Amino acid sequence: MLQRFFRKYDKTDIAMWLIGAALAVIVVYGAVQTLSAGKYSGAVWRDFIVFGLAQGSVYALIALGYTLVYGILFMINFAHGEVFTGGVFTAYFVAIALSESGFSDEHWILSLLILLTVAVVVSMAIAVLLERIAYRPLRNAPRLVPLITAIGASFFLQYTYRSLYGSGVKTYPDITQLTGTWNFFGTKILKTQGVVIVSSVILMVGLYIYVQRTKAGKAMRAVAEDKEAAALMGIDVDRVIVNTFALGGALAGAAGILYAMLFKQVNAFMGFIPGIKAFTAAVLGGIGNVPGAMLGGLFLGIVESLGPSLVLDGLGIRSPYQLKDAIAFLMLVLVLIFRPTGILGERLSEKKA
Amino acid sequence: MKEESTFTLRNAVQFGLITGFIILYISLVGMVVAFNERYIIAETITLGQIVVFLPLLILGYFSANRAKDKQGIWGLLMSLLLGVVAGALIAALVYVGTHINLRTVFINAAPELFEVLSFGRQSMGSVALTLILGGGFLAVLGGTFTLLPSWLRRALVVALSSVVLIGILQELLSITFGSRDWFKPVNEFFFEQKGLSWTGSIVILVIAALWNISRHLSRTRSSGKKKNATSRNIRAVRIASWVVGGVLLMLVPRFLGSYPSEILTIVGIYIIMGMGLNIVVGFAGLLDLGYVAFFAIGAYTMGILTTVGKLATVEWSFWLALPVAVLLALLAGVILGIPVLKMRGDYLAIVTLGFGEIIRIVVLSDWLKPKIGGAQGILQIPKATIGGYEFKGPEQVYYLVLFGIILVSFVAWRLRDARLGRAWKAMREDEDVAEAMGINLVNTKLLAFATGAAFAGLSGALFAAKLGSIFPHSFNLIVSINVLSLIIVGGIGSLPGVVAGAFILVGMPELLREFADYRMLMYGALLVAMMLVKPEGFLPEATHVRELREEEEEIILEPTAAEAP
Amino acid sequence: MAILEVVNVTKQFGGLTAVSDLNISVPEKAIYSVIGPNGAGKTTLFNCITGFYKVTSGDILLDGESLVGLRPDVIARRGISRTYQNIRLFQNLTALENVLVGRHPRMTAGWFGAVFNTPHTRQEEKEALDKARELLRFVGLNNVDDELAKNLPYGQQRRLEIARALASEPKLLLLDEPTAGMNPSETEGMTNFIKHLRDALGITVLLIEHDMRVVMQISDTISVLDYGKKIAEGGPDEIRSNPRVIEAYLGRGAATQHEAEAA
Repeated sequence: MLQRFFRKYDKTDIAMWLIGAALAVIVVYGAVQTLSAGKYSGAVWRDFIVFGLAQGSVYALIALGYTLVYGILFMINFAHGEVFTGGVFTAYFVAIALSESGFSDEHWILSLLILLTVAVVVSMAIAVLLERIAYRPLRNAPRLVPLITAIGASFFLQYTYRSLYGSGVKTYPDITQLTGTWNFFGTKILKTQGVVIVSSVILMVGLYIYVQRTKAGKAMRAVAEDKEAAALMGIDVDRVIVNTFALGGALAGAAGILYAMLFKQVNAFMGFIPGIKAFTAAVLGGIGNVPGAMLGGLFLGIVESLGPSLVLDGLGIRSPYQLKDAIAFLMLVLVLIFRPTGILGERLSEKKA
Repeated sequence: MKEESTFTLRNAVQFGLITGFIILYISLVGMVVAFNERYIIAETITLGQIVVFLPLLILGYFSANRAKDKQGIWGLLMSLLLGVVAGALIAALVYVGTHINLRTVFINAAPELFEVLSFGRQSMGSVALTLILGGGFLAVLGGTFTLLPSWLRRALVVALSSVVLIGILQELLSITFGSRDWFKPVNEFFFEQKGLSWTGSIVILVIAALWNISRHLSRTRSSGKKKNATSRNIRAVRIASWVVGGVLLMLVPRFLGSYPSEILTIVGIYIIMGMGLNIVVGFAGLLDLGYVAFFAIGAYTMGILTTVGKLATVEWSFWLALPVAVLLALLAGVILGIPVLKMRGDYLAIVTLGFGEIIRIVVLSDWLKPKIGGAQGILQIPKATIGGYEFKGPEQVYYLVLFGIILVSFVAWRLRDARLGRAWKAMREDEDVAEAMGINLVNTKLLAFATGAAFAGLSGALFAAKLGSIFPHSFNLIVSINVLSLIIVGGIGSLPGVVAGAFILVGMPELLREFADYRMLMYGALLVAMMLVKPEGFLPEATHVRELREEEEEIILEPTAAEAP
Repeated sequence: MAILEVVNVTKQFGGLTAVSDLNISVPEKAIYSVIGPNGAGKTTLFNCITGFYKVTSGDILLDGESLVGLRPDVIARRGISRTYQNIRLFQNLTALENVLVGRHPRMTAGWFGAVFNTPHTRQEEKEALDKARELLRFVGLNNVDDELAKNLPYGQQRRLEIARALASEPKLLLLDEPTAGMNPSETEGMTNFIKHLRDALGITVLLIEHDMRVVMQISDTISVLDYGKKIAEGGPDEIRSNPRVIEAYLGRGAATQHEAEAA
């Protein structure tokens, strides 16, 4: 009986289950401890969740870039976080100019749209150049080669930003019209968070429609399904790939502006951690799966926002917020180990993953 | 294929724009100004000017080369066009930069930059003329290299690079040998206050060129003779060179003194790590981006067990703590290895990166601060001693690190050509087939992770004992990327490649302060460029193995060796 | 006595049944061929035998011992070795190294053995090297020991793959379309070589093959698969005249053979 069991599941599988079970016990224990201590009120938890949704929607937008590219090329565009940085960091200088001239105080919506355009265009350009220079020549290389290239590109871009724009942290100017809170069915939410959530929902719906309904979106899905067949059907594969990078870049640029609204501060290395988190989100939702990336982003945002207070606090860990990034990384590791096909299930077969 | 590589005017303009943008980039990231302090030839050429000239020379060469199928002069015309376009672009930058304040956005667009780029001209008109004509001249100069026979071309490139290299090393040489008697006249002959003297540079140029040409000649002449060497001769020569090399290595700190020894120990610490990561990535093909974690574990184990400061625990000696540090790192390698056993390629890379970051964040946090010091790190780690001899400064630590390198290289070398090494390489090539050939993937992978982690642990322990204090920020992702870069540049899977890569990538920036700022920028560019142009690295593994095999064959099966092609 | 027995083996992928209730019994020192149209489940059967796939139900016995649930490397060490339909050599290793990797199950040196280069390790390495060189000569590869596998011509790669499979001294050799992509004279050479292999080394060969001439020439027994089911089994003559086989497979095979002869 026992022998049969061991034949069916090998030792590593069993070890993994044990690790997973132990982690689950710790998480539940921590959560129960915190909740029974009653340290935080209901309103605090609600704020955590709203904040989680806001940062999660930024992750989701970045995650879409990973998912779109992975869906087509089966490569992790490790430099995508830097595509995100490029747009928002460049737009910072425009934001300062607009703010100093007083323009943004009078027409805040218009000035936000200008910033959005700048960030989107810059990020898009970086993404397309990246594809053209670094990735296209390696399309048929062994899989580690483009990954190493992407890692190199990531660091190259980080330090390029640092050398071009300086190493200091820069702070986006406030938008006076967006300070304060809105009353939303009896709960107060920060205006910036509200704007971020609403705009990212609009963008995501737009993207979904683009991918599902338009001709370009259909071509994209066809190439993701089977490159050779798509080429035989007369689809220009190179063009579709460029489109995909451009689309991912554009979303990353938009995510950058939303990120700047939430956190205000930008610097040359800001994209790295959100990039990895967005990748986690993409994997969570099943990489290559567009709605999955959106859900994954929101989920990760909430976990990250709740996790430190809910679980770590209960475990008696000091300054739990310092470990917020560790939670995201832990999620990443756990998802890749236990469910590499994502929560929403695979869009990719095992051999591709 | 494409239309017979016809290089049109349009291509030349494109190339010119690319060249111009490269120079703009180099200028705006601040390299030109930063490197301008360093004179290569006294009063004449600075390193900053050289980084402006190089793209023109190189791309001028390439465009002339691509246009070669037409007549020779056509290629040079293309180069000229390229240089003019690039020069015009730089002139435009100078014009804009001197009229508008670009500095609010580009911090390096300072007046100094435009001064350098003006090459001493005052009026905008003469600046533009100088840049355009100069650009054209340099690109044509690059282009004329296509007309030279290849042996002469190589000799010239080697000679010119030697001049630049020796010019760069001036400072180091005078720090190292400044106190020696023989150095003074040599120094006065070759160097001025800043940079090489003209006579010095010409002598170096001529010597390097002649040396290269003579090597070329002797190689073509003796290529038939080589087979005559007997196996005994080969062995004798090899043993002799080992002995000489060993003695030289032992004497290095005595010769060079403190500062170069310091650099060598840093390089050495990276070599040890590189040897370990080379096993994981190069042999077994498992891209581990969290490798720094094991380095950290080694360093922290050493720190915690030996420190006599605030966080003192058992206050062991270095030698007692060393095996524990290595063992703990090894154990961590196995433990972190288990979850990723079934993972392939890019997912493995990301998960290991995640592990590395988790460890760093946890170490940095307040959570474990009472045990491991948080952001304040661990201080007062005693130096290693052996029978009253203290490994105090870099000149002493050097021996410790050298010992580590020898140990680790020996292990890596033995493993590479053994059953285990072959299993790793087979796994790297095709995991499924390797398994079908009877290779136990679990054990083989874990052995790779464990060996690599143990090396990193050793490296970390030495690092802690060398510095005397450790801080979490020494253990971030950049270290993993550095190590990865150095094995890729050296040649993935190649042992001499690790050493060469460490010297180039770790040694150079340590030597040149102005390089240090652009270190990661260059690593990033280098990783991309290597993957695009030379993914096998500069000292690739495969040919190396083949050379080795051929020698073996000569020794074992002398009669049949002649048959080998 | 049967060396390999496949007993009621079924393999499903989701809803697709690739192999269904299959029974095969391969006698010792036989050349046993499995044929069938594309997608008949032949390679799936190989993958089940070598443990790369887990069977959905049924049992596979080597010398009377079950292989089900064992990992591929364990099965390889029990004495089964294989080649692949689309050659899968270790591209960046030399020919010699490829064969040495194949020798892996017959060697024991581990980490410490390698680092300290014990007499045992040295002995073993020397034997392995001799054996590998001998095998390369045996399959007819001369003077390519130090060539990278990817630089060898196609026909030599096929032979190298067989040498690698033989290096573990298997009891049972699985050959997956060894003549695929070969011209008639190369095919002829390979056919004779397989026969020679069995006669000289005394190992059992289980063969998947498309080329009917090869199959008819060298097989002792032939099984015909169609849609994962065995539709016929017997000697070459029986198979040639079996109406179900002709319907499922030979009709088309005979036609192509005819064309090939005409050309």
